[in-house]
Amino acid sequence: MNLTRRGLVAGGVSLATATSLMPLRAARADAGSVTIAYNVGLPAWDPTVGPSAVNPTIQAIYQAVFDQYIGQNPDLSFTGGLVEKWGWNEAATGIWMDIRAGAVWHDGSPVTPDDVVWSLTRAGDPKGGNPIQFIWGNLSNFKINGQRVTADAKQYDPVLFKWMAFLTGYVLPRAYFEKVGPDGFEKKPVGSGPYMVDAFERNAFLRLKANPHYWGGKPAIETVVFNFITDASARVAAIESGGADVTLEIPYEEYDRLRGKAGLKGVTTPVSDIGMIFITNVDPVMLDANVRHAMVKSVDKKLLVQKLLRGYGVPIDTLEAPQYAAFDPSIKTPYDPAGAAKLLAASGYSKDKPAKFTIQTTRGFKPKDYEMIQAIVGMWRKVGIEASIEVYEIAKHYELRAAHKLDPAAFYNWGNSIGDPTTSTGFAMFSHSPHSAWRSDDVDALINPLWGEKDEKKRIAGWKAVDKYIADNALVLPLLQYVQPIVHKANLKVVPHISGALQPQRFSRA
Amino acid sequence: MLLRRILLRLLQAVPTLAGVAVLVFVLVRIVPGDPVAMMIPPGADDAVVLRLHALYGLDKPLPAQFVTWAEQALTGNFGISITTRQSVTSLIASRLPATLELVMLATVLAVLLGVALAVFGTRFSGRAGEIVVDGVTGFLLAVPDFLWGLAFIVLFGVLLPLLPISGRSDPTQAIDLATDFTLIESFVRLRWGIAADVLSHMAMPATALALPLAAMIARVLKTSLAEQMGQDYALLSRVKGFSRWHVIVAEALRNAAIPTVSLTGVQVTFLVGGTVLIEKIFSYPGIGNLAIDAVINRDLPLIQGLILTFAVIFIFINLALDLSYAALDPRLRHG
Repeated sequence: MNLTRRGLVAGGVSLATATSLMPLRAARADAGSVTIAYNVGLPAWDPTVGPSAVNPTIQAIYQAVFDQYIGQNPDLSFTGGLVEKWGWNEAATGIWMDIRAGAVWHDGSPVTPDDVVWSLTRAGDPKGGNPIQFIWGNLSNFKINGQRVTADAKQYDPVLFKWMAFLTGYVLPRAYFEKVGPDGFEKKPVGSGPYMVDAFERNAFLRLKANPHYWGGKPAIETVVFNFITDASARVAAIESGGADVTLEIPYEEYDRLRGKAGLKGVTTPVSDIGMIFITNVDPVMLDANVRHAMVKSVDKKLLVQKLLRGYGVPIDTLEAPQYAAFDPSIKTPYDPAGAAKLLAASGYSKDKPAKFTIQTTRGFKPKDYEMIQAIVGMWRKVGIEASIEVYEIAKHYELRAAHKLDPAAFYNWGNSIGDPTTSTGFAMFSHSPHSAWRSDDVDALINPLWGEKDEKKRIAGWKAVDKYIADNALVLPLLQYVQPIVHKANLKVVPHISGALQPQRFSRA
Repeated sequence: MLLRRILLRLLQAVPTLAGVAVLVFVLVRIVPGDPVAMMIPPGADDAVVLRLHALYGLDKPLPAQFVTWAEQALTGNFGISITTRQSVTSLIASRLPATLELVMLATVLAVLLGVALAVFGTRFSGRAGEIVVDGVTGFLLAVPDFLWGLAFIVLFGVLLPLLPISGRSDPTQAIDLATDFTLIESFVRLRWGIAADVLSHMAMPATALALPLAAMIARVLKTSLAEQMGQDYALLSRVKGFSRWHVIVAEALRNAAIPTVSLTGVQVTFLVGGTVLIEKIFSYPGIGNLAIDAVINRDLPLIQGLILTFAVIFIFINLALDLSYAALDPRLRHG
């Protein structure tokens, strides 16, 4: 084949034409838009049914589009949502809620108390598929009087209103939902939240437009795009290349590197998510209190956070993080490897004759989860505990936990965005909960009276006493409170939320 | 003759699909992980767990579950996805075009590059050019597709930000097309802006998938071409004065293509499997990405539907392969 001048010119023109059609990578069509490289995709739009409803990592998206009955500030304190004011009646046999006037759905129709009643009734329907039905099913006999809704409660629940700011606590539009049905709602969801759904492509992206009629004020950013990028390296690449304006949940090493780059800033916050090691009372070795105490005393949590997580973490000694309602700073389980060795010796264990068991852990599910367990096993080995590590998927962890078949020790994380002790210590340690690993009557006896305790001060004091009992008997090994790293462009102001929800409605231009 | 061949192959596919259906149904239930256990909320008791099992049909005996599912599958209804609460059929139907276009583009790139390398290597057989081609194909073969994907993200997404690193199209722009075959439809309707946007998003994942396949095609084709260049007709053409390029491209290539077509067809089925990781890395919204989420979430109906879909794709690829043999080799057209 001869390369002619004509061929060369033709080839050059073709190449020029082709490249001129390529969109400029760095160009942004809309200066009022922010792109978030988000770490998980959105499986479904209905925030009240199915597995999506109890997935904490996608609540930020739901909170952008839908309003909750009751809102939550970034410091976890509660504030009015579509329910402006609320309370129990004097006899604690029923509730009342004042519904916000003037709120509208994205299709322009008004939000009414009937929408709230319908949403709560639907949530409480056993056939509805709401995983938290057992909370909502407590309410019945709804009555509407102007903007006030009342309902009877089968039993007093001190956490009922907190659940209205938690999983599945969203108000949906009755008329629209009944008109289009669940499938139609999935195709075109309508809420009353600060953002409206403009376009959605599953596993790819979500484009939101600011709701100009939002009762809380129109958000500062007109267009928000969630780019679902589940690979952490790709998220790092997205923010570094300028393809995204914000990203989160990236390795702490990358966070430190990126926040030092020109044009980028970083912000971190401890979130309502803790790392812990479940201890089960099935294997005889764990029934020995000396072994359990030794497990707790020989773990240097500060060192783990410093060395493995680059300082991004808060060591904890109970299942209550510092921002939680029942956090008691006086409960301490200090690092004492010498004390641990003495306790083991008292039970006949030593480095030459160690206490043996298996510890299960995920790998890559939480930051440095496997590496942390490796380090802990090393610390245990020094005092006379020999633990072999079994790696499993999170799906298997849930299955084993529900069947009470976890190994003697198992690493897990526990989220609790309402910060109430019932949803952390309570459900993690109460033996009738499918989530508990340590199941014993003594702990149940302490917890039982607190489920329906009407005196809030007494209730919180009771939970603190439960945490103290658990710590005194080493029934669980709390490790740390996680810290969420967020990297964003310097011209953007991002307000982190302790619940971990990255809420675009709180963004603004710097 | 051709129609008979097609019908026969389709009939043969039925027991294959039935076997795959049984196998996948059993396998996903043996693998640890209960989809209900993953969604049990804090505070739920055993009654809640039982109710959720009943809601998703997981409380019935396995044979009963299989019969229900098989009966529905025969009518094209693969049930409802546990995670998305949507029809599995419509979910797959909406995502399949993206994967098919990706596979198609990757195959085209692989064939073009592979043929180019093979032809170049044959032209410069015994010289430095062939050594270069062998080195390049060896390197391309040694690096798996997902590693190419990560390398491209760093090279063309970060260091030289020329291409977008995620998605199928620019999320800030509205795309008003009638089908989910975005690339094909944009070309047919002469929507060049959309076509360019989609191509720019597909460039890296398609190339990552294409490179190992291109290397394989190049190696097999170069060997076949070398054989053909030693045949009498090729020598005669050279004696007549035709250039080496002409003999290779116009005469030997067609005869050398048959074993390469066979290999390409087999490798394309592996390429389809390769889309799973590549789509995840590039957040490309195809059925591969859907499959990973389905497995992580133990979304049993979706896993079953996706595996059957992959099986159907493999069957059609093999059918296309058979038909292409007949097109290339006249002896096969007449049985």
